[in-house]
Amino acid sequence: MEFFRIKKDIPFMRYALVWNAISVVTFLLAVFFIVTRGLHFSIEFTGGTVMEVNYRNEAPIESIRGALAEMGFEDAQVQNFGTSHDALIRLPLREGVSTADLAEQVGAKLAGLDDTMTVTRVEFVGPQVGEELATDGALAVLFVIIGIMIYLALRFEWKFAVATVLANTHDVVIILGFFAFFQWEFSLAVLAGVLAVAGYSVNEAVVVFDRVRENFRKMRKASTVEVINNAITRTMSRTIITHASTQMMVLSMFFFGGPSLHNFSLALTIGILCGIYSSIFVAAAIAMWLGLKREDMVRPVRKDDGQPELP
Amino acid sequence: MNRYPIWKYVVLAVTLVFGLLYTLPNFFGEAPAVQISSAKATVRIDDGMRGRVERILAEANIPTTGIFFDGNSVKARFETTDDQFRAQAAIQRALNPDPDDPGWIVAMNLLSNTPQWLLSINALPMYLGLDLRGGVHFLMQVDMASAIDKRLDSVAAEARRLLREKRVRHAGIERTADGFVIRFRDEQTRAEALAALGRDMPDIAFTEAGEGEDLRLEGRFKPEAAKQIQESALSQNITTLSNRVNELGVSEPVIQRQGADRVVVQLPGVQDTAKAKDIIGRTATLEVRMVCERPEELAALAAGNVPFGCERFLDREGRPLLVQKQVILTGENLENALPGFDSQTQEPTVNLNLDSNGARIFREVTRANIGKRMAILLFEKGKGEVVTAPVIRTEIPGGRVQISGQMTTTEAADIALLLRAGSLAAPMEIIEERTIGPSLGAANIEKGFRSTLWGFVAIAVFMIAYYAVFGVISTLALAFNLLLLIALLSVLQATLTLPGIAAIALTLGMAIDANVLINERIREELRAGVSPQAAIALGYEHAWRTIVDSNITTLIAGIALLVFGSGPIRGFAVVHCLGVLTSMFSAVMFSRGVVNLWYGRRKKLTRVSIG
Repeated sequence: MEFFRIKKDIPFMRYALVWNAISVVTFLLAVFFIVTRGLHFSIEFTGGTVMEVNYRNEAPIESIRGALAEMGFEDAQVQNFGTSHDALIRLPLREGVSTADLAEQVGAKLAGLDDTMTVTRVEFVGPQVGEELATDGALAVLFVIIGIMIYLALRFEWKFAVATVLANTHDVVIILGFFAFFQWEFSLAVLAGVLAVAGYSVNEAVVVFDRVRENFRKMRKASTVEVINNAITRTMSRTIITHASTQMMVLSMFFFGGPSLHNFSLALTIGILCGIYSSIFVAAAIAMWLGLKREDMVRPVRKDDGQPELP
Repeated sequence: MNRYPIWKYVVLAVTLVFGLLYTLPNFFGEAPAVQISSAKATVRIDDGMRGRVERILAEANIPTTGIFFDGNSVKARFETTDDQFRAQAAIQRALNPDPDDPGWIVAMNLLSNTPQWLLSINALPMYLGLDLRGGVHFLMQVDMASAIDKRLDSVAAEARRLLREKRVRHAGIERTADGFVIRFRDEQTRAEALAALGRDMPDIAFTEAGEGEDLRLEGRFKPEAAKQIQESALSQNITTLSNRVNELGVSEPVIQRQGADRVVVQLPGVQDTAKAKDIIGRTATLEVRMVCERPEELAALAAGNVPFGCERFLDREGRPLLVQKQVILTGENLENALPGFDSQTQEPTVNLNLDSNGARIFREVTRANIGKRMAILLFEKGKGEVVTAPVIRTEIPGGRVQISGQMTTTEAADIALLLRAGSLAAPMEIIEERTIGPSLGAANIEKGFRSTLWGFVAIAVFMIAYYAVFGVISTLALAFNLLLLIALLSVLQATLTLPGIAAIALTLGMAIDANVLINERIREELRAGVSPQAAIALGYEHAWRTIVDSNITTLIAGIALLVFGSGPIRGFAVVHCLGVLTSMFSAVMFSRGVVNLWYGRRKKLTRVSIG
């Protein structure tokens, strides 16, 4: 069985301008949403209390809200979580209130209203811990970007490193843009997913560039554009198949993983789809514009007598 | 060319056996159990307890699947958690008739069903994190400033005593924010004071300040001394927490230091999370102060005012008492507190043992204050309560203090317990908490397992349909990958969390990339007209470089998460990184081995089934 028996090279690079224009536009849109709507951070970053409660029958969201308002928490968020029997309550940080006790009080109050209620989970993050997690998260992102750049620069060439990192930053920002636009909750798990995507989508670029390097060696007379077109065409099959497989696993998580893995798999899905686009079209195009030449990738081989020999 | 030397097959076989053996324990599951151990250091548990427990359970009609004595405790296994609950209640009632003076700790526990032969090769099931097992996790911050502050109080008092002893006149000692200040009227007295104090207080750095009529001596802790106080505050608090946790009877508690001023407490498998939180949170600090007894102070109290220099507290019966603000001793100086009886009056008493510093201070205080009342205060969550306020009858040397008067034996035992297990050197605050009910834990495992399973099936079906025999081989490699990953996680006892299971799923999804690369390359070579054997060899060779590159970049992301992540995210990172390594191994070496076995021997290979 084969989906992609492509005989001729598809001239991708002819449309390089179009690809990059689309990227820039989506990138700007994403930045716009991030700046205006902001990310909906989970309590792991902001600090606060989260309680998950379970009722035998339907969770009475409205009466929970009412009970919380009575306790002075007008700004509490209550929503269904997973099934209609479960509710998730988010209480933001309060100055001076020892939030560790909060869960007890809320639990007691809700149990008083309906004794089939059980508290299945409580998570409390104090303000300093929240700040630390946010800082650590940002550092992790920085580390990944720099680490990957260094590795690619060593393994291939600085033009690749720059092109790949630009394309991948674009991916990460697009994912964040989606999260900002739809206001999906951005938790530590989502951040982990985003970083995993960063590592994963660099693979795409690596595969294509690897092929480009090989082509420079084999296709002696071809121009840079032809080499790139060929590389992308040849690796297209592998790209689609791999992404489809990974996506199947992610979808499985989306459907069966329950609400905690929900946003994680969303981030991964967007990342995988964007990754194909950016790494194939954008990264190669940027590399081309940076003036990628044959000599960048194929170093002259020195013979033992010291005479350099062109490949 | 497509032949593996024998040693490579041996390596593969050994890894396969390793994978199978060390993954096996994960399938045996866990059984609910009750664990009985001794609560008193003086009483040892022995095999006779096993018979006793057996009888208790038989009487209560609770079926058990086995009762064992393992040298330190007796463990009884049950079929269901219902049986476990009932058994715990029955055993607790029978063994600890007096709930205030428990002789035995009867705790609920989950025991792994792993058979002995596996345990002997160190094959254990994976260590499940809290979000998969249920339990409680606290991160507590020690208020270091408070620790130093309290010590400064006693140091200031000490300075006052020393100066009085050496008959150096001063114009007053006051506490400042980070030290204390002694005022003098002339240079000479100040110099005398400096000489006297400098000798006896090596931990304090004194600086001279002020001029003219207002000469001051400022005292602060030297940096090393301050650090030392913080260290000992932290370790004392950890000890106290450990005692508290032991009382709860939780198995495998984790109480660890984190950083310079934080403590992590993890109680996995705890089923009554509210009680756990209550007991942990209920840590108390102890203070000894003199009672404000001067007539004008008592008058003020009667009028309803609190005079300057005193603080008002309630005792255990609710009566108010005025106590001086100055702290003489803190819980740091308390080595032990035991209930006992007065040798003459047979009254219940609490016997305190102070450390050498505390003993010295106490002797001086009691010598100077015979006939006056001293109050022992217990502070919980910032609120203080007078435990007892006895009259000082004699000077008490040696640091052995007996508190008596109006106590029943139970009260004496209670106070001793509170003082012993609850005296912290500095207050602690919970800054992070995660409580997961056990049912949620089990639900999470199930969800994680199902998503991994169905994802795997989907990929397998697709691979086989698309790449035929090579697809089958790729699927086998993926299965091997999974086996190896789980075996590694089990052996390393790395913590598995829900994000960790997600990482397993993700690893599998990404690992298939290597095989796709290889298969696509082989197809390409075949199409270019290369002979099948050569195509296979070339396919693997060309794909290898790309596989290494892509896996290293994934590894970089994994390491970043490992370094900067914490809690469940660290669980994700560990699996992610291990997964990269197992993927490389299985996708390349294992699949090549299988391919070589299947195709390598055929001399005249004309077709390979690659779809």
